[in-house]
Amino acid sequence: MALDTAPKGWRSVARYSMLTIVALFILFPVYTTVIAALKPGNRVLDNPLLPNAFTLDVLKDAWTQGRLGRYLMNTTVVALIITSVQLVTSIASAYAFSFLKFPLKRLVFGIFLSTMLVPLEVTLVINRRTIDSLGWLNSFQGLTVPFVATAFGTFLLRQVFMQIPPDLREAAQMDGLGHWGFMKEVAIPLVRPTLGALGLFSFLSSWNQYLWPSLITTEDDMNTVQTGLRHLASSDLDKPNLIMAGTIIAAVPILIVLVVFQKQLVRGLTAGAVKG
Amino acid sequence: MQYDAPVASIRLVGVSKHFGDVKAVDNVSLDIADRDFMILLGPSGCGKSTLLRTIAGLEDPTAGEVWIGDNMVNDVEPKDRDVSMVFQSYALYPHKSVQANIEFPLKVRGIGKAERAESAKQAAEVLGLTPYLERRPGALSGGQRQRVALARAIVRQPAVFCMDEPLSNLDAKLRAETRAELVALHSRLNATFVYVTHDQVEAMTMGNRIAVMRDGIIEQVGTPKDVYDKPASVFVAEFIGTPPMNIFPAGSVEAADHLVGARPEHTHIASSGVAATVALVEHLGHEIQVVCTIDAEHRATVRLPAGTEVPSNGSSVFLTANENHRHRFNVETGLRIS
Repeated sequence: MALDTAPKGWRSVARYSMLTIVALFILFPVYTTVIAALKPGNRVLDNPLLPNAFTLDVLKDAWTQGRLGRYLMNTTVVALIITSVQLVTSIASAYAFSFLKFPLKRLVFGIFLSTMLVPLEVTLVINRRTIDSLGWLNSFQGLTVPFVATAFGTFLLRQVFMQIPPDLREAAQMDGLGHWGFMKEVAIPLVRPTLGALGLFSFLSSWNQYLWPSLITTEDDMNTVQTGLRHLASSDLDKPNLIMAGTIIAAVPILIVLVVFQKQLVRGLTAGAVKG
Repeated sequence: MQYDAPVASIRLVGVSKHFGDVKAVDNVSLDIADRDFMILLGPSGCGKSTLLRTIAGLEDPTAGEVWIGDNMVNDVEPKDRDVSMVFQSYALYPHKSVQANIEFPLKVRGIGKAERAESAKQAAEVLGLTPYLERRPGALSGGQRQRVALARAIVRQPAVFCMDEPLSNLDAKLRAETRAELVALHSRLNATFVYVTHDQVEAMTMGNRIAVMRDGIIEQVGTPKDVYDKPASVFVAEFIGTPPMNIFPAGSVEAADHLVGARPEHTHIASSGVAATVALVEHLGHEIQVVCTIDAEHRATVRLPAGTEVPSNGSSVFLTANENHRHRFNVETGLRIS
């Protein structure tokens, strides 16, 4: 490879230039959104790439007109419920697939995993019917229950549970721990980074859900922030950038979560990739 | 730390453990006396670890009975057998401090914080771990981890200690030191030890009795001296001792209906006897070992004092063994005749 034989300094320059270009591509839409959200509505189209005017009014309007406070609260409740229940169900099922002996374990695990191949859209109609028949439209149950179990979480945790040496389970058995005690005292503490990553991942994906909430919420009070943003799009013609401001407000909490827990996410998702 | 270990003789009656078609342990009966230091010795795959795990309760026997004291424990959970186990890998909890690791069996049993801290400190003191109580296992050397595993085993004051090759991850020097410490620990704790190893030096130096295993069965049980001086079979004769016992071809020393064996220290180069060719001369400093080839299947080693004149490689010699140091085995069964 040419890059391998190039002097070290040049290699770094090439690598960082490449990363910079990719980063620019990714950050460009974010930049234009922020610029637009901080300009008065009538200046949005004048030099759209330049921050030539500044106001916080649009953000304030988005907050009040879009009822973003209410929607953010709904989204937070939904994301927290889904995340915490997903962690519980993933731990329980992954533990069973890793440490318990039962007939047809491999087959059942295979079936479990195969559900990852079924996209959400395929089950959308039937799930909506089920939720409707349960009378859960416009409710937190409707928004959360279909997502409380995840094959991905089970798979991820099973992989890290499998790396716990069998001797440790046996030592715990000799010390007097049953499965419940071993899970609580040994297995969970040992996979904490992965649990953190899984929690974060669940939180991010439930926060960003759009399709399902838009299908089962018809009352404004039950909108999540992603579905609520729809209303901003058509609400005010002199403020075409209202939706940009709403998007930024919706993204800020998740951005904070991501920045705070970034290390956790990377460490957890790569845990076990390299035997340590 | 000294405690009055409960009486814990162990009796195995016709114990078998099969994994599918593989008979890991096959109809083994063994009596281990209270306060014995019993060594289960054998090559890899002979079933010694499986037997130990059966005593500890980590494996359910396919057939037979396991007795500890007056209780048949086949259906008793490992935690209720009053048995501690030290694993080859030490199996320490990596996320807990040394103190928390040592205390853990007591915590599980619901013993109060102050009491278990006191017991952990005592156990740590016995094993020289006091300076390391706050560290995590990852910050300890192999020898220190091994001590933590021992401390965790003794803190419960069990009747029986099961140890599965606990020294095999240590370097040679540390292994020799720890061997002596384990022997001292056994006499100090005055409890029953069952110790698995494939290392005959450990077996000979630590145990007061050895059970030599092969292919899931016990070939011989006896004191180290018995096993060395009166091996019950050709297998035991060749497994115990470094270098192993020389087994001469049938008919080469005595009548053809039995095999004759002799320890290298009892085998001599003489003017007449079994014809052999010198294959290798090893000067070990304190002695010389001369390895001779008798035929395609038989080799013999002769131990000579340092400074003795030795034949050169490739030269022809005759080997003989003292009459009163000969071991005789059945040609067919390999079992000891006299």
